[in-house]
Amino acid sequence: MQISVTVNGTTHESDVEPRTLLVHYVRENLGLTGTNIGCDTSSCGACTLHLDGEAVKSCTVLAVQADGQRVDTIESLAIDGVLHPMQQAFMENHGLQCGYCTPGMVMASIGLLNENPNPTEQQVRLGLEGNLCRCTGYHNIVKSVLACAKGAHS
Amino acid sequence: MSITEERRAAVIGTPMLRREDPALLTGEAKFTNDIPIPGALYLGVLRSPYAHAKILSVDVSAAMAFPGVVAAYGGADLTALWAAPMPCAWPVTADMKNPPHYPVAVDKACYAGDAVAVVLANDDRVAHDALELIDVRYEALPAVIDLEEALSDRVVIHAGAGTNKAYTWDLKCESHEGAVDEAFAAATHHVKERYIQQRLLPMFMEPRACAAVPQPFGGDMTLYSSTQIPHILKVMTALTLGIPEQQMRVVAPAVGGGFGGKLNVYAEELLCVALSRKLGVPVRWNEERAENAMSTIHGRGQIQDIELAADADGKLTAVRVRLIADMGAYLQLVTPGVPLLGAFLYAGVYDLPVAYDFSCTSVFTTMTPTDAYRGAGRPEATYAIERAMDSLAAKLGIDPLELRKRNFIRKDQYPYTAFSGLTYDSGDHLAAAEKAAELVGYEALRAQQATQNVDAGTKRLGIGVSSYFEMCGLAPSRVLASLNYSAGGWEAATVRILATNKIQVVTGATPHGQGHVTSWSMIVADKLGVAPEDVDVLHSDTAISPLGLDTYGSRSLVVGGVAIAMACDRVIDKARKIAAHQLEAAPEDLDFIDGTFSVKGSPDRATPLAAIAFAAFTAHDLPEGVEPNLEAHVTYDPPNFSWPFGTHICVVEVDTETGHVDILKYVAVDDCGVQINPMIVDGQVHGGVVQGLAQALYEVASYDENGNLRNGSLAEYLVPAASDVPSVTTGHTVTPSPTNLLGVKGIGEAGTIGAAPAVINAVVDALSGLGVTDMMMPASPMTVWNTIKAAQAGSTTGGK
Amino acid sequence: MIPAAFDYKRAGSAEEAISLVGEYGEDAKFLAGGHSLLPLMKLRLAQPAVLIDIGRLSDLSYIRDAGDHIAIGALTRHMDIEQSPLLGQHVPLLAHAASHVGDPQVRHRGTIGGSIAHADPASDLPATTLALGATYIVQGPTGTREIPAAEFYLGFLESALAADEIVTEIRVPKMNGAGWNFQKFNRRAQDWAIVGVAAWRRGNESGIGLVNMGSTPILAVSVSAAIASGAAIDDAAKLAATDAEPQADLNASIEYRTHLAQVLVRRALTAAS
Repeated sequence: MQISVTVNGTTHESDVEPRTLLVHYVRENLGLTGTNIGCDTSSCGACTLHLDGEAVKSCTVLAVQADGQRVDTIESLAIDGVLHPMQQAFMENHGLQCGYCTPGMVMASIGLLNENPNPTEQQVRLGLEGNLCRCTGYHNIVKSVLACAKGAHS
Repeated sequence: MSITEERRAAVIGTPMLRREDPALLTGEAKFTNDIPIPGALYLGVLRSPYAHAKILSVDVSAAMAFPGVVAAYGGADLTALWAAPMPCAWPVTADMKNPPHYPVAVDKACYAGDAVAVVLANDDRVAHDALELIDVRYEALPAVIDLEEALSDRVVIHAGAGTNKAYTWDLKCESHEGAVDEAFAAATHHVKERYIQQRLLPMFMEPRACAAVPQPFGGDMTLYSSTQIPHILKVMTALTLGIPEQQMRVVAPAVGGGFGGKLNVYAEELLCVALSRKLGVPVRWNEERAENAMSTIHGRGQIQDIELAADADGKLTAVRVRLIADMGAYLQLVTPGVPLLGAFLYAGVYDLPVAYDFSCTSVFTTMTPTDAYRGAGRPEATYAIERAMDSLAAKLGIDPLELRKRNFIRKDQYPYTAFSGLTYDSGDHLAAAEKAAELVGYEALRAQQATQNVDAGTKRLGIGVSSYFEMCGLAPSRVLASLNYSAGGWEAATVRILATNKIQVVTGATPHGQGHVTSWSMIVADKLGVAPEDVDVLHSDTAISPLGLDTYGSRSLVVGGVAIAMACDRVIDKARKIAAHQLEAAPEDLDFIDGTFSVKGSPDRATPLAAIAFAAFTAHDLPEGVEPNLEAHVTYDPPNFSWPFGTHICVVEVDTETGHVDILKYVAVDDCGVQINPMIVDGQVHGGVVQGLAQALYEVASYDENGNLRNGSLAEYLVPAASDVPSVTTGHTVTPSPTNLLGVKGIGEAGTIGAAPAVINAVVDALSGLGVTDMMMPASPMTVWNTIKAAQAGSTTGGK
Repeated sequence: MIPAAFDYKRAGSAEEAISLVGEYGEDAKFLAGGHSLLPLMKLRLAQPAVLIDIGRLSDLSYIRDAGDHIAIGALTRHMDIEQSPLLGQHVPLLAHAASHVGDPQVRHRGTIGGSIAHADPASDLPATTLALGATYIVQGPTGTREIPAAEFYLGFLESALAADEIVTEIRVPKMNGAGWNFQKFNRRAQDWAIVGVAAWRRGNESGIGLVNMGSTPILAVSVSAAIASGAAIDDAAKLAATDAEPQADLNASIEYRTHLAQVLVRRALTAAS
C-alpha cells in the first residue's frame, strides 16, 4: 500500500505491506536505525518516537496508520552536531549506560515535558512508566529529565 | 611559576562525561541488527513447545515450498556441521556430567525453547511465516522442574548421563578434622534456614542478534554478535565448528546490556556461522523477546540450606551450607561454575574460624539452561548469609546491625587470610556500615519503628541491613586453574602513541554500557599527560584487539584497566630512553610530569612527549637498541581477586492489608577503592541495586508443572520501570586495593549483591511483630499477604 | 514480532466501515487506536484477514456537554479524556481512571471506544463506565442503538456488539458532585490492574465497578445495595466480591483477589464518602 509520511521533516512516499509496523518502516525502509525494538508486547518503550508530536510506541502502530502524518525520531533531535537539551541532560547526568533504551527514553522524556514542563520527581517517574531500562536503575534518567526541565525554565 | 602550579588537574577521580554518549543519544551507534548486510538470509528458529519430548519427525517440506524460503533443516540435517557439541568451559569436577548439547536438537527436546528446526529466508517476516509451516511430531515426556524431584532420578533427562545429577562440589575448610561438627555441638546459638533463589531472566534491553558474513575470497568468516565476549566466542566458534581460529573474526558492535546473559556461546551464533559457511552467503538472526525469555540463559535457581553456629555473644563459629543448583537442561559456557563463584562467600564479611563446610549438588532439569547473571553465585551467597545473620540477631534479641559489627573482619586484620585460604586484600566494614547507618538515619528510624509498628497498624516500617563482599575481578589464572576453569583470567592492553601524539589504546575488555572508553581515556590521560579526547580506545573486534578475555565478573577495570595503566608505564619507559638521549641525560635523571620529560633540578632542560612521539616515528635519531615507535603491549594476570565491600540499608513500609511493599529509602555505601570516574561508579551502583531489588520484589521465571515458562514477556516478567523503584542514596568509603597499580576494585555487581538481602531483611523486619520470620522472593503483594496470614494462623502467640 | 499478513481498508465514515465489515464478514476486524488488537496480532493470537481502520473518523473524537450527560466520541483517546476540563468538572472519576490506562504512549493512541469494544475485564475504562451507568451508542447496518453498559458485557472479550457494529459514542451521566475514588492495584504502574475499583457515592447512592474480578467488568451491586440500606462502609465492602467471579493468575489467587477487592472497595468508598 502506498503511504506518504513526513519523517524528520522529509516526506517519503513508500509502498509498504499493510502489516509493516511503524518501527520497521523507519528502521528498514528509511534506514533510521536509532529507534530500537526491545519487546513484542508494547511494554518496553525502546521504540518510542513522536507521531504528530506525541510519544507513541512505534511497535504498536502500523506504518499505514501513519500515512499523511508527521513522524520524528531520535535522529531529528541533534542539529548541526548540537545535542537537543534533553540529550545534553542525559549526557550530563549519566542517564544512559548501554544506550539501547535511550532513544525511546529520550523521546518519551521530551514528550513528557511537552505535556508537563515542570514535573515533580514522582511525575517524571510515572511519566516514564512505559519505558524500561535495565542499566541505570532510573535514578539518573529521572535526574536528567528534571535537570532538562529546570534548564528550560532558568 | 612552580611546577606544582603548572600541573594539570588529575582526570582520575572526576565525573568526566562519557565519550560514548553522543553516538548512543543520537541513534548513530550501531547495534548488531542496525548493520546493513546486503544479501543476508534471515534465520528463523523453531523451538520446542514441550519441556521434554522425543522428536519423532521433522517435516520442513511445506516451509521449503513457501516463497522466499531458501533452506529449512531439522536437527538431523545439520549434524555434519558440528565438529564438537556446544561448549562448557567449566568442568568443575572430573566426573561432572556434561550431556552433549547441539545447536538444534536431534532426538529429543529438553526444554521449552530448545531449537528443533531452522529456516533461512530472504526476509525476516518470511522466515517467521515459514516457521509456522514446519511440522514436528513429538512424544511428550514428563517435565522435571523441581530440583529435589530431579535429584530423585525418577525421570532421567539425559539417558547417556544416567542421572540428573551433574556434579557435587565440596569446599570443606577445617582447622582440624571435625572442627565444624564440634563448633555446632558447642554453639550457644544455632540458625538453620532454607532460602530459595528463584530463577531470573537477564532481560537486557537489546535482545540478542548476530550476523555471520563470509568473505567471498578465502576462508575468513566474520561474526557480528551482541555478545559480551567476542574473544572467547572466537575461540569457541572455531573449536565447535572446526574453523581454523585465524580465519575467524568476531565483532561486538554496540551491545545493549548483558548482565551475564551475553556471556555465552549460543546456538544461534553457531547456526549463523555454520549455515553461512555451508551456503556461502551472510546469515543473520534477530532474537525476539519471547524467544529471549526461553532461549537466553536464566540466572540464579538454587535451593540454599545454611546453618550458622554462634557463641553466646553472637560471634560466628562455623558455617555449613548445602546447595542444590539448577543447571537447566544443559550446561552452557560457565553454568556449572556459577555456584562455585559464591562458594567462598557464605561467611560474608565476617571473621570466621576455619570451620566452613560447603557442598553444592547441581542438577539437570527440563528448563532453560542457567548461567552467569549479574553477580553470578555471589548475590546468592550474600543473600543466604545476610538473611541468616538477621535470623541469628533475632535469636539473640539484638539489633541486626549490632550483630554485624560484632562479627565484621576488623580493619586491623587486613590483609586477612580467610578460612578458605583466600587473602582478602583490604577492607573496613565497620566504616562502611556506620556511614550507611548515618546516611539512612538508623537510630531515628528504629525509634520511629517502635511507635509505628503497633498491633493495629497496617503500615509497618522495616529496616534491612546487608553487608557484602564482591569477590570479583575474575581472576588470577592460577586460582581459576584450581577451580578447573578452562581459561585464564588475564587481560590484554596495548597503548600506542601515534606520530602526532594522539593515543591509540587497544583493550581486550569488551564494553556493553560500562563506559570503558571514558574510563580508559581517563587513565591514559593522567598517565601520559594528554587530554582524554586525544585518546582513542579500540575494542570489541578480534581483528583489531586480537587478545582479550572480555567483560564479566566486575573484571574490566581491575584487570583490563590496570593493564592499560601498566602499558602506559611501559610506553613512558621507552619514551624516557629517547628523551634522555635527546636531553643528553641519564633516563633515571628525568622526571615525567604532565606529558613532559625534564631533567631533575633543571626544569628548563625539557622535551614534551609530543616531540618524543614524533622522534620515535621518524626514527631518525634513536638511542642504540631502541626500536622505532612508541607502543607497549601488556598482558596482566591479577595476583588476587578484587574485594569491594559495603553496607546497604533499605527502609520499607509494608501495607499489611494488601501485602504491598513500598521502599521509602535505599542507602548504598560501597567501597570500590580508588574511583576512576565517580559518576560511572554511582551509575553502576544505581543499576545494580535496582536489579537486586527487582529480584527481591518483582522478578521470577515462573514455570507451570509442564515446564512451560508462564511469563516470558516484558508484559508479564516484571522488570520494574522508573515508577516502580525508589531513588538510591549512594555513599562511599575508599579503601584502595593494595594489589593493583591503580588501587581500584570492581563495582559492576556490587549493587546487585547487596540489594536483595537488604530489601528482604527490611520486609521481614517490618513484619516481625506479626510472627513473620522469612519471606520468599519475589516478595509480591500476594506472597507477603499469604506469609502474614500463615504466620498469624501458625501461632496465636506468634502474632505478638 | 510481526503480524500475519492482512488486507488493510481505511474507512472514511462509520457507514463505510460498517459496509466494509459486511463485505468481509468474520475475517475482518476494526482497527481504532490499535492498542488492544495489534499486540494480539503481533503474537499471532489474532490473525484477521482484513483490518478496517476507523482511526481516521475524526468526527468520532469529541467530548461534549449534552445536558445530563457528557457525550464522548468513541475515537476519543485516553489522553484526551484524562485532560478534558469538561470531564474533569462533570465526570472526574472517568478522567482520572483514564490517566491510569497503560502508559503515556498507550494513552496517546488508545481510544475509549476501542477499549470498550474489546471488552477486556482487566481494562480500566469498561469497569469505570459501568460504575458510572454509562450508555454506549452503537451503529450497525440498520442504524444506531443504545446499549446500557450494564447490558453490554457478556463474557470474556465478548460483548453485545454485533460483528458488523461499531461503538460510536459513550454517554456518561454527570456525577453532579458525587464523591469518587479510583483504586488501581498492580505490581508495576504500566500493568493491568490485579484488582481495580472505580467508585462514586452520593449519600446512599453509589456505583462501584470492579476491574479484573471476573470474565467481564463487574458492577458490585451488592455493595451498593448495602450502602443504600445504610450499611457501614466496612460491612458493605465485605460484599465486594459477591457479584464477581475472580480468577487466579500469576499475580493473585482467587482468595487474594477477593480479599484485595474487599480492601480496595473499602478504601475507595471511604475516600468517596
